[in-house]
Amino acid sequence: MTEETYQKPSVREIQELLEKKFSGKVRVTGTEERRVCANVDRDCIHDVCAYIHGSLTFEHATSVMGNDMIDHMEVIYHLSNYFNGVIVELTAELPADDLRIWSVADIWAGANWHERETYELFGIIFDGHPKLKRLLTPDTYEFYPFRKSYKLRGKE
Amino acid sequence: MMSKDVADIKSEASPIDTDKMWVIMGPQHPFSHGLWTLKAQLDGEIVTDAEPIIGYLHRGWEKECENRTYPKIIPMADRLCYAASMTYTHLYCMTVEKALGIDVPDKAKYMRIMADEVCRIQSHLMWLAAVGTDLGNLTVFLWAMREREFFMDINVRLCGARMTTNFPRIGGVRNDVDEEFMMYAARCVDRFEKAVWDIISLIDDSSTFVSRMRGTGYLTREACANLGITGPAMRGTGVDFDIRRDDPYDNYDKVDFDVPVLKDGDSYARYMVRIEELFQSCKIIKQTLQKIKAIGKNAPYRFKVPSKVPAGRAFTRLEDPRGESAMYLVSDGTDKPYRLKVRSPIFVNVSASKPLVQGSRIADVPVIMAMIDMCLGETDR
Amino acid sequence: MTYSSILDWIQFGDVMSNPFYPYQTYNLPFDIGYKLWEIIGGLIAWLINLIFPGNGVSTWLISPEVSNMFALVLFMVIIFAVAFVVTLISLWMERKVLGRIMDRRGTMVGLKGFMQCIADGLKTFMKENTIPKKVDKMTYMWTVSLIIGTSVLIACMVPLSPRWFVVNYGTGLLVIMALFALAPFFILVSGWAQNNKYSLIGGMRAAELMISYEVPMLIMIATTCLLAGSFNINDIVNMQSDTVWFFIPQIFGFITFIFCATAEAERVPFDIAEAEAELVEGWQTEYAGMKWGLIMLADYMRGYVSCAMVVIMYLGGWLIPFVSEGVNGWIPEIVFLLKVWFVFFIMIVLRGALARVRTDQIVNIGWKVFMPLSVVNFAVVLLLKVGGVF
Repeated sequence: MTEETYQKPSVREIQELLEKKFSGKVRVTGTEERRVCANVDRDCIHDVCAYIHGSLTFEHATSVMGNDMIDHMEVIYHLSNYFNGVIVELTAELPADDLRIWSVADIWAGANWHERETYELFGIIFDGHPKLKRLLTPDTYEFYPFRKSYKLRGKE
Repeated sequence: MMSKDVADIKSEASPIDTDKMWVIMGPQHPFSHGLWTLKAQLDGEIVTDAEPIIGYLHRGWEKECENRTYPKIIPMADRLCYAASMTYTHLYCMTVEKALGIDVPDKAKYMRIMADEVCRIQSHLMWLAAVGTDLGNLTVFLWAMREREFFMDINVRLCGARMTTNFPRIGGVRNDVDEEFMMYAARCVDRFEKAVWDIISLIDDSSTFVSRMRGTGYLTREACANLGITGPAMRGTGVDFDIRRDDPYDNYDKVDFDVPVLKDGDSYARYMVRIEELFQSCKIIKQTLQKIKAIGKNAPYRFKVPSKVPAGRAFTRLEDPRGESAMYLVSDGTDKPYRLKVRSPIFVNVSASKPLVQGSRIADVPVIMAMIDMCLGETDR
Repeated sequence: MTYSSILDWIQFGDVMSNPFYPYQTYNLPFDIGYKLWEIIGGLIAWLINLIFPGNGVSTWLISPEVSNMFALVLFMVIIFAVAFVVTLISLWMERKVLGRIMDRRGTMVGLKGFMQCIADGLKTFMKENTIPKKVDKMTYMWTVSLIIGTSVLIACMVPLSPRWFVVNYGTGLLVIMALFALAPFFILVSGWAQNNKYSLIGGMRAAELMISYEVPMLIMIATTCLLAGSFNINDIVNMQSDTVWFFIPQIFGFITFIFCATAEAERVPFDIAEAEAELVEGWQTEYAGMKWGLIMLADYMRGYVSCAMVVIMYLGGWLIPFVSEGVNGWIPEIVFLLKVWFVFFIMIVLRGALARVRTDQIVNIGWKVFMPLSVVNFAVVLLLKVGGVF
């Protein structure tokens, strides 16, 4: 499968290509100068990321982060292009009772530790991650400290 | 995935089956500038496997921010990295401003740029000092620290503090600068551009320094981009990317500077990139000083901002002395952030330490990791 | 022998007239020891004689045999004290000069910072004597004793002038070299005994370092001895007074030997056995308190001996340039020590200016640079010798 590669895709191109290739699964929610925001179904996150990395030449994963919205969780990816400075922001929503998503650590080795961190702080499990263990907090922790259910002791 | 260039280290494959030894370097170890551990598997002197361990300084910074009002996070952002406190405060203020949808005065933008570049120089000098000790020479350490003091003095004249500056504010900067400061800063930068040649000639003219750095810690451009290494370490590997130029924030598109990029991909290239960045920072400081002067004395430097941030999301990134820092703010309309994520450059750079040090000698490990310029406050957060 | 006054005991007679005098030639430190014993022993004998007049002990105390024996004890103390003070001055000089190179003041405690050395020495001696639990205790203690012992021994063996020596061996230079080369073996064993990975690597590196510099160094020593026609230190220096200082015919050898001597003393840029950047303190990691203080002292003693070898072999020992006569009037010991400190100054500047080399680089330098240079040096000397210049 040889696809056309775009080294310097513009914001408009990215929007059109993503919506064309993954119609229904990727919804572009907003664009700004050098920024594209999109919602992605969690089942196809690995395909979308592989497409963005391979065909759109986004060589760098700036960050992978979790966000606890109480009724559901989000995994937010920021992917960066080294040729024109565009950032694609992908948001995948996870239902609170099934916190699993495919890992992208095989696409970007730099996402490895971001996913480990998200796992240990939010309890989101990344399937296919090479080493999903606690990184910052001790191995003995049995809770996920960045969830909203974990209350801080001091209140202002 | 990683193709290592082993041209420098010849005939390492020995026919004898030797025992391998795990050496745990850290957390208290002279080479780890801060609290982190590098588990290295040694075959004789060659590192065959390595695993970085961090987390000794994890404070739950992001979680703690969810409990504080927006202005109270500014001094906390200072504490993310002791050597680059200004850039983190700047980044935080920019993120909140973006969420608020406001623009700061022109003068404040130039002052932030200038403060950032002062911070970059002082951080790079701190790095140069660390390179000196890692190579076994204390002269470089003390000379770099001596030069750094002048920039500390600029910080003191600017905001009264040496390291944790607490200078940018949401909507501007804390205070204006006066004529005396501008004169002092201009003189200091002029002096520095000459004085730094002492250190450069001590290192570059000496084959002991250069031969220790050349050919070690080699990475290809693709491997470097894939591993997420950012900052001068990335630009020494051939990735031509600088957020200041390619994704400009504040007024970086209105000042003139070059981005040094070298394709060699070894420690020496990373060293050269950082040294060149020192001069580029001097250039930017001089330009911003003139622009601030041109804007005039009574121009506004700070806008009043509401204490509550409207619900929404904001993402900003900037070029830290060490790489790409980014913040992502999720606000829910109250006066406290709902979630504030910090993307630290060193957090990702240190995760790449295994491909960096694999195949090199244990004596090169400090040199290779010095080119990453460790700072644990931002790594563990 | 009957007693009349204290001057019977304290005569300051000629030390050479003592029938038990151990040397053939005049020995200044022995003379000082002998005269000191005349004062001390004579005083004791006089006091005993005051209380018990006419006893045998007083006579025994200052009989030629006993005087000679106690003079030897004092002689040892003097020799060690001089080596010790010279080492302390080297240490102080390193701190001050290095401080100036680095744009700081160096030590500032008393006598321009000299007292800091004494304070540090006292501090290390007053520390608790800790021995880690899992070390091989016997080897751990013995090796460090031997490292310090051999270092102190060679520091004392260096003659400062024709009248200031311990033993005037025919093979003086060889004996010093042999003792010098012993320490790396003990370092290797010590690193092994400490049950610490850093120490083990440090010990291995000491051995690796030794195989890289020892061979060219011995070739250069052989060259010097060939030029002088003798292994005896006196003869080597006298030969230089007859002809020229040896660094002129052996300029390659001189430069190479300075670097080899730096490696021998394990100083920057060749201190790979205790490279603190990657190995914490290398083979010294587990030694604390007094043991570490003594290791430090031994390190500087080895530095002093390295410099003394350079001075003896290339810089004319205790000779003063253009003054061939009346050497004794110029206090040759001071001249010698000044030259030693000059060479040490070069080593300090090297330390301030250079970075530590890697293990593979030092082996490369040793066998690909030092070795050919020393052979070239040998060839040059051979030609000069065959051509009849020397």
